Order: sequence, then C-alpha cells, then structure tokens
Amino acid sequence: MTMTARATRSPRLNSVPPTPEDVATLEKTWSDPPGLLGWLAAVNHKAIGKRFIVTAFGFFVAGGLLAAAMRLQLARPDSHLIGPDLYNQIFTMHGSTMMFLFAVPVMQAMSVYLVPLMIGARSVAFPRMNAYAYWVYLFGGLMLFIAFFLNTGPDAGWFSYVPLAGPDYSPGKRVDFWAQMITFTEFSALLEAVILITGVFKLRAPGMTLNRIPLFVWGMLVTAFMIMFAMPAVMLASTSLITDRLVGTHFFNPAEGGDAILYQHLFWFFGHPEVYLIFIPGLGFMSTIIPTFARRPIFGYSAMVLALIATAFLAFGLWVHHMFATNLPELGKSFFTAVSMMIAIPSAVQIFCWLATLWTGRLVFKTPLLFTLAFFFVLVLGGLTGIMLASVPIDLQVHDTYFVVAHLHYVLIGGAVFPLFGAFYYWFPKMTGRMLGERLGRWNFWLFLIGFNLTFFPMHLLGLAGMPRRVYTYGAEMGWGNLNALASLGALTIAVSVLLFVVNVWRSLRHGEVAGPNPWNAATLEWSIPSPPPAYNFAAVPVVRGRDPLWEAGGIQGHVAGLAVDSREVIMTSVLDAEPETRESFPEPTIWPFVGAVATTVFFIGTIFTPWAVVWGSIPVGIALTAWFWPKRRENQAHLALEHAP
Amino acid sequence: MSVPIEHEQARRGSGEADPPSLVDGVLDVRRLPSFGFSVRSLMWWGTAGLMTIEGTAFALAIVMYFYLRTHAELWPMRSPPPELLWGTLNTAVMIVSAWPNQLAKKAATRLDRSGVQLWLTVCVAFGFLILVLRGLELTALNVRWDADAYGSVVWLIMLLHTTHLVTDTWDTSVLDVLFFTGPLEGKRFVDVSENAVYWDFVVLSWLPIYAVIYFGARG
Repeated sequence: MTMTARATRSPRLNSVPPTPEDVATLEKTWSDPPGLLGWLAAVNHKAIGKRFIVTAFGFFVAGGLLAAAMRLQLARPDSHLIGPDLYNQIFTMHGSTMMFLFAVPVMQAMSVYLVPLMIGARSVAFPRMNAYAYWVYLFGGLMLFIAFFLNTGPDAGWFSYVPLAGPDYSPGKRVDFWAQMITFTEFSALLEAVILITGVFKLRAPGMTLNRIPLFVWGMLVTAFMIMFAMPAVMLASTSLITDRLVGTHFFNPAEGGDAILYQHLFWFFGHPEVYLIFIPGLGFMSTIIPTFARRPIFGYSAMVLALIATAFLAFGLWVHHMFATNLPELGKSFFTAVSMMIAIPSAVQIFCWLATLWTGRLVFKTPLLFTLAFFFVLVLGGLTGIMLASVPIDLQVHDTYFVVAHLHYVLIGGAVFPLFGAFYYWFPKMTGRMLGERLGRWNFWLFLIGFNLTFFPMHLLGLAGMPRRVYTYGAEMGWGNLNALASLGALTIAVSVLLFVVNVWRSLRHGEVAGPNPWNAATLEWSIPSPPPAYNFAAVPVVRGRDPLWEAGGIQGHVAGLAVDSREVIMTSVLDAEPETRESFPEPTIWPFVGAVATTVFFIGTIFTPWAVVWGSIPVGIALTAWFWPKRRENQAHLALEHAP
Repeated sequence: MSVPIEHEQARRGSGEADPPSLVDGVLDVRRLPSFGFSVRSLMWWGTAGLMTIEGTAFALAIVMYFYLRTHAELWPMRSPPPELLWGTLNTAVMIVSAWPNQLAKKAATRLDRSGVQLWLTVCVAFGFLILVLRGLELTALNVRWDADAYGSVVWLIMLLHTTHLVTDTWDTSVLDVLFFTGPLEGKRFVDVSENAVYWDFVVLSWLPIYAVIYFGARG
C-alpha cells in the first residue's frame, strides 16, 4: 500500500512525451538557486563539474608556469636566475601540482560532468557530497599555493622522501603543507570515487546493462576502484610523515626502530597505481573519441573492458620498480620486472582494438581525433622507455637522470594530456553549446605536439649523458647546454600552444559556431539532449537497448513516465541489468557542504600548527555535517507525498 | 509541525507491483517503491565504498606494524606489552553490541519506528560505554607514541580505529534523536539499516586489530 494518504499535496508526474509544463517545472526543480549564496549552495553535477574542470585547468596552467620557470633557468649553463632554495620549491610544487591538483582531479572533474549524462541519469549519486569534495579540493590546492607564495612551499620533491622530508633535514612548515595538501586532495578523490561507483551502479537508465555502458564510464569505474585501494596508502604515508614531524613519532626514524624504506613502499603502493589513475581515464577518452570519428562502433568492446580491469590489477603489482635503486632482495626485483613488462599486454590489446577501429572506419580528421592520434606516437615512445626502465640494470644506470623525466612525461602527457585535450574539443560543444574553433584548434594541436617533442625528446639524451634530475644549474663544461636550450624552446612552444587554447575557449564562448545537440553525430546518450544540457538533463529518462544508442535502430526503445517533475526524483536500477528498482527523491541545494568544507579546511590547516586541532577542529566539522544531514520539513513533505514503501 | 508518518502501517510486499514493462515506448514507474534496503539503496553502496577504503587503511596499517616488527630485534622494543584487561573487556562489549545493532537493523527493515527508537538508544549507550573503555585501553598500552617505532604504530592503529568509534557513535546518536523528533520518511529507515552495517564493520575490523595490538606484542 502507498503512504501518500497523509501528504499535503499530490505530486506532478511526467508523461511521455513530456508536456511543455513538465519541462518548465523540471527546469525549476533541478536548477541551483540564484545569487552568491545560491552559487555556494549549488549541487547540480554540471555546475560542480564545470567548476572542477576550470579549477583543475587553472592548476595545470599554474604547474605549467612553474615548469616554464625551470626551463628558463636551465636554458643555459651556470644560470643564476633562480637560486637553489627557490628551485627546490618550484620543482616540488610543479610535480605536486600536476600529480595531485591536476592529473587525477581533472579526470574526476570530467566524470562529474559527463558520467551522469552518458548513463542517462539526472544527477551524480551524492550531489551534496560531490559539492563538498569539490570545495575541499579547491581549498587544499589554494592552501598549497598560498604557502608557496609565503616562501613556505614544499621543497623535498613531489614524493617527499624521508629522511630528507623528516624533522631533521626539513625543519619549518614546508613539508607539513605538502602532507596536508595530500590529505585534502586524497580525501576529495576518495569521496569522488565512492560517488562515481555508486552512481554508475545504481543510476543508469533502464536497459543500460553493465555491458552496454560507454567505455569512458568503464574507465572511470575502474579508476574509482583503484583510487579506493591506492589512496589510503599515501594518506597513511603523509599522516605518518606529519606525525613524525609534529608529535615525535618514529615511523621513519631508524634510531628508534623506524624505517625510511617503509615510506617508499607506502608511497609507491599508491604512486604507481596513480600513474594508471591518470592513464585509464585517458584511455576512456580515446575509446569514446575514436569510434565517433571513425564512424563505426568500437572494435572489441569486451576485450577493451577486460584489458582495463587487467591493467588495474597489474598496476598494484609493480610499485617496487620505483625502488630498484634501494637495497631490496634481487628475486623480488625480478618479480616486479616481470609484472612491469606484463602490463604491456593489456595496453597492447587496447591499442590494437583502436587500430582495428580506425583501420576499418571512415576517418573524419577533426581536432579531437588529431589529439587522440598523437597519443599513439607519444604513448608508444613512453611505453618503450618504460620497458627499458623495467629492467633493473638499465634502471640503475639512468636512475634519477633526465631519462626518467623524459619517460614519465611521454607516458603522462602522451597517455593523459593529449587525450584530455581531445576530450576538451570533443565535449566543449556539449558543455557550452558552441564549437571550439577548428583553425585555432589545429594550431593548438601542432604546436603542442612539436613543442612537446622538442622539450622532452632531448631529455632522453641528456639523461643518457648523465644529467641528474632536480639540479638547479649545471656547468658549461658538461656539454648539456644545447640540448637544454632546445628543451626550453620546446617549453615555450607548449606555452604558446596552451595560450592559443585559452584564446580559443575565450573566443568560442562568445562567437563559436552554435553546436546543436549532436554536432559530431556521436552515439552516446549525452548527445541526445540539448547543448548545453538543461538542469534536469533528460526531460524523460531514456530506456536503452544498445551500446551505441543513437546509432542503432531501437537503441532508445522508449522513455520513463511517472517520475515527479516538481521534486528531485530519479529512477534507480539494478547493478547488472539496469532493471528499474526504485524511484528516489534526491536532496536539494544547501550551503552546508560549503560550510563543512570550510570547517574541514580549518581542521586540516590547524593540525599543521597544533595537534589539538584534531580535537577542537573536529567539532565544527561535526556540526556542519549534522546540519547538512538534518532533513528540512518542506523537503520532507515533498518526499512523503511521493512515498511508497517497498 | 508535521505529523510523523506511521511507517508501521506499511506492510511489506503488499504494495509490490509487478516490475514495470515497456508499453508503446513508455515505461511507467509510478508504482515503484520510493526507497529500498541493502543493495537497492544508494546508502548501502556509499557505505560499502567507505568500508572498502577504511578496510584498506586498516590492512595497510597492520602491514606497517608487521613491517616494523620484522625489522626490530625486540618487539615491543623496550616496553611491556599492552595490558589485556580493558582491551579484552572492550572486545567482549563490542561483540555484544552487535546484537542490539542487529535488532535496530531489523526494526528498520520492518519500518518499526518505536523499535528503532528503542534499539538505537541501546546502541548509543553501547557506543558511549565502548568509548569510555577505549579511553581506559589507551591508558593501558604501556607505551607512548613518541617512545619508539613500536609505540608509534600501536597508537596509529588504535587512533585510526577510535576515530571510527567516535564517528559512528555520533552518527548513531544523530539518527536516534531524529527518530524521536522527526521529520521522518522511509529513507531514514534505510539510513538506520546501513548505519548498522557500518557498525558491524567497526566491530569486525576491531577483531584483527585486537589480535595484532595485544598478541602481536606477545608472540
């Protein structure tokens, strides 16, 4: 029996096709409130997703400027433009920013915006927690940069190895800010992982079985699972580090039974999967863009999914290859060499599936495809040097040289940033309603590709010639000057390329060609709705019967009727087969996630200065989170009007 | 002030309609329930996610313990092992607390408001008792965190688990108050059910930790 009898008003349910009144009411129901307070209270996944993407891109530019400063310094020998202390801060800030504030967050940010649209949902799973995770991330990143501008930027490398980062060799607060930045960003990333998994499992449109979800969504799902197992390790590492520094624990102090290598294990148990956390979403972009521009469904969907899962498992079995230069048993190293080489197999499976898709397709050479094609060239080069580094004798020779710097940039920029730029060009029309300029796009692409190779290819040679990483200058007699000058010229080219991208975005927002719902004739659900999408995403939730619903006859078999339009109601489906199970009312916008994030920030930063902040800092957090949870009577009435017990 | 819905009146299953099917391109879902328990609820998946993360953190902390132990000649390095009394007593109380917790969960699944009120209150009382005992446990560890690496890792694991005790006791208290004051809706019963699952996790994760802290220092 239903429990609507006591309700104060009867809800309005949507019909199929939705009436104009349905649509108008939906827009009102799902919109974030206006004004500054409304902006702070926003929970719509598209609003939060866009802020997330812009913020992560802002950190990418900041990290890039730090890189440019390093290249300026290294452009010629015996340069004293930047002193060693500032240089240490700059390379640490560059690595930390790119890894923790850009690479993983930007992928999660894209998924916050895109995944609900791709699976036919109206929201992410926990919209308030999503807003909270964004604010925590933003405040953590700002904290790091404010510390840097106050000459308290971390200076012990992006991994902050002990003993250098420990209390004896890094007095002051620099490393503490680094450790708490980890707490902020990993906390945010873990929350986002839970939100994503729950959403993908429960909020898919009816009929979108697990083996029909877009490969980008698969990629993000696998990434989210990896985050849940990898990030606790780095949080333990950074927490132990900060307690060693602040309250006198001895985790990494050999004089009192601690062990410095333990830190490396904890760090790389996270750090290696981290590479794949960045790389796998990139693969998801590839698998989305390639079929669209090859005008055919992806070749080998199941093989692709299995390869993603295999990569995720193997990624946890090779962290020790970052520690070949430490005193570990040789047999152990052989095992990690084997796994490091084995991970080439699932990567190759995917590459061959993409090649098969491209080979048998009719290619449309637009900017998104150019960026994805560059992936093959750049990533394969990075992969090959990876196989070289997996071998212990070679690794020992080039350890801590520019060869490794070259390798990691080929892998990370090739594997993630090229596809990411492709993804920006691909989904910009969906997010804004306007196309990015194709002409500037090509300039952006070619300058980026040329600049990238100019910057990083010479670093292979510099590394083989013995140039160590993290030196603030070098003598002219080393003979490294010309290749370094070339690399710096390349960095300038990349900077111009990124500037052109920003100009392109700026111009296109105003004058770009109007996109329409599906400018690329793509196959997935986000292209079935207007650009930019309305607040409610889908006027009527589609019922899906295919992997490429917009390309297949009957791919969208029908639509869902009977969901409330005057309340934030969504349909929830079963995990495997996406059979309809329940209708649930989602929470409305509220300021409390923002307030909670501010309280969390006070808590985390407070602990840098006093351990008692753990006690007094947690009280405002507890109050804010309770106020956030506490149901409001008006919202409660609306939910009761729709209530129907199982 | 709104009148709390008498959820007891909702008999399970009586409102269950056949799963909706597509008719002329229309999937009418108006008869679907507006909440569901266990794997049907978002809260179950959210809780499962948190348990996975925290379980990983516990497991890694235990790995740290044994890593440091294998590198030490003496373990504990220079202090006596923790006293067994409070830790063992607390373990027993935690195991007993699983029973009212289960009853709260069952009452929630029956949508039985007064049952939830009763058993959540018992759970809250258990939570506070366990926290007091945990306080006594911390006084009987026989080592400070800044004494040596053994002390550091013991305190790390204990505080990691204590954080879970504190947060879940707080969660349970808030839910308990809400069940007395309202406003209520069906989803709040799901919250109680999933909160109970989380408490089970807090208790179950303690058992290996208890073994490690108290007997890892004696083996």
